[in-house]
Amino acid sequence: MSDKIVKGLNITKEFNGVAVVKNIDFWVKKNQFLTILGPSGCGKTTTLRMIAGFEIPTSGKLYFEGQEITNTPPYLRPINTVFQKYALFPHMNIYENIAFGLRIKKLPEKEIALKISKMLELVNLRGFEKRSVASLSGGQQQRIAIARALVNEPKVLLLDEPLGALDLKLRKEMQIELKNMQKELGITFVYVTHDQEEALTMSDKIIIMNHGEIQQIGSPTDIYNEPENAFVADFIGESNIFKGTMNRDRYVTFANRGFDCVDFGFAPNAPVDVVIRPEDVRLVEPATGLLKGIVKSVVFKGVHYEMLVNEGDRVWMVHSTTMVPEGDEVGIWLTPDDIHIMDQEV
Amino acid sequence: MIKRLSSGPYLFWMLMFVIVPIVMILAFSMVTVTSGGDWSFSLSNFSRAFDPIYIAVLGRSLKIALEATFICFILGYPMAMILAKMPVKYRTFSVMLFVVPMWMNFLLRTYAWMTILGKNGIINGLLSLLGLPNVTFLYTEGAVLLGMVYNFLPFMVLPIYTVLMKMDQSLVEAAEDLGGDKRTVFRKVIFPLSIPGILSGVSMVFMPSVSTFVISNLLYGGQYMLIGNLIEQQFLVVNDWNFGSAVAMILMLLILASMAIMNRFGGGNPEERGANLW
Repeated sequence: MSDKIVKGLNITKEFNGVAVVKNIDFWVKKNQFLTILGPSGCGKTTTLRMIAGFEIPTSGKLYFEGQEITNTPPYLRPINTVFQKYALFPHMNIYENIAFGLRIKKLPEKEIALKISKMLELVNLRGFEKRSVASLSGGQQQRIAIARALVNEPKVLLLDEPLGALDLKLRKEMQIELKNMQKELGITFVYVTHDQEEALTMSDKIIIMNHGEIQQIGSPTDIYNEPENAFVADFIGESNIFKGTMNRDRYVTFANRGFDCVDFGFAPNAPVDVVIRPEDVRLVEPATGLLKGIVKSVVFKGVHYEMLVNEGDRVWMVHSTTMVPEGDEVGIWLTPDDIHIMDQEV
Repeated sequence: MIKRLSSGPYLFWMLMFVIVPIVMILAFSMVTVTSGGDWSFSLSNFSRAFDPIYIAVLGRSLKIALEATFICFILGYPMAMILAKMPVKYRTFSVMLFVVPMWMNFLLRTYAWMTILGKNGIINGLLSLLGLPNVTFLYTEGAVLLGMVYNFLPFMVLPIYTVLMKMDQSLVEAAEDLGGDKRTVFRKVIFPLSIPGILSGVSMVFMPSVSTFVISNLLYGGQYMLIGNLIEQQFLVVNDWNFGSAVAMILMLLILASMAIMNRFGGGNPEERGANLW
């Protein structure tokens, strides 16, 4: 109970009568790296802004270490935020930017200077004290924004798509650095992103949201291996999703034939979504395959080839390290483990 | 080539209507005419302008223009803040309310104040209705100040409003997030970032205030000599264009100097200051 540092109960947020976040429950454990993941417009940023205090929930209650903070203004919350566009103060140099929160707390100047030099060391920008914000690159500004938040020693650090504006290589570096910082400092991180790979790399726990509702809460491995519905499956990595019928436990019909599978507990003949990861599909000789298809396109993706295979009126996405040329007839092979059955989306 | 050609009309305009007139005023100011009608070069017009009588006029103009600018700032800043914080659907209408009076003729608006403030004007009419003694409003320094504030207030409000509107809201949120209450956020973030708007507001109120002659003519009467009245008189009454030009040059240099000082005062990196007259 007490290790839940932030808790939201029945949180709903409406803007002009339109619900952006719909009655969600969530909690963040101490020292956890929690990621709220979802497509744009899913309510993830609004949720983060409610934790920060920039938005007040239309209904529901928010708790911090057991105390209600639903209506507490941001400046009274021991929570700091790293903003998407950094939001560094352009009229102050780097030193003054980082000192902002400490000055408000009226710390002695000596202590401020000490903390700032420690922080700049942490973010690898020693000697940047006197520089102006405009003279920094995007990646450097991002580090300063993180330093400015962390120097206040918040109990929870909120990060709103902080790496969105950086190039791929820098983003990967920063992901690892952020994760290390979180471990070293022992601060709870709540991270918002639409990048599923980023979420899988860094998080201890992921909340997946869509249309203002929580789709699934779980560890990265749970969410990848056991997606609760077709949306999660599709959003976390690419998936083939087909309509099917669950005839009985461990037996499903789709693509005009029956397959053995490992799922059970559905109503007899329930309509279901059948989810198959592209990397689980094996292409074999047409004669040995369970299904037959024709390779429609081949794209080289670096580590693997991405092939689209026409089978009946379906298109299968297949990831494989061996390439089958365009136009060739192939067989599709699946094992029961590769087939994931989900309740159909209404 | 096309670029150079297309700047032609602009260069022509600047030459004909800015540079030539200034050169002409400068030429007039450095020439004296003897009784015989002979022209001769001299700086006597300028030395004459430093006569204590005229220095007093200049001092009065500066003082009242500074007062008007200060009052406009004190009234204008909160107004701009209120406008910037309004919900969008009322905002456009409210901003228009500020602008609409400017569509009306400037003279007409100032005349209107004469009928409001006059001996038999609306305010005194109300006072006598209540059995109170009449008060002289018109033809006082206060009336001139009121006229300036009334006429030039929108020029203070609009640039400040624009800067506040364009301000990145996440900076305000970041300041709150770092522990700043409303007053701290205003003092440390909103106000410093609005300085460019304040600077252009101040120059747009100060410049017309220091050079006006219409407002003082109408609301104080002919005898109240602001530097604008002095120049007007030299041209239209005394017919001493040369002295008038000298005073006009001095006024121009004065405005130039005060703008330069103000810009220095604004400080910082010019690229970060945004909207500005310079």
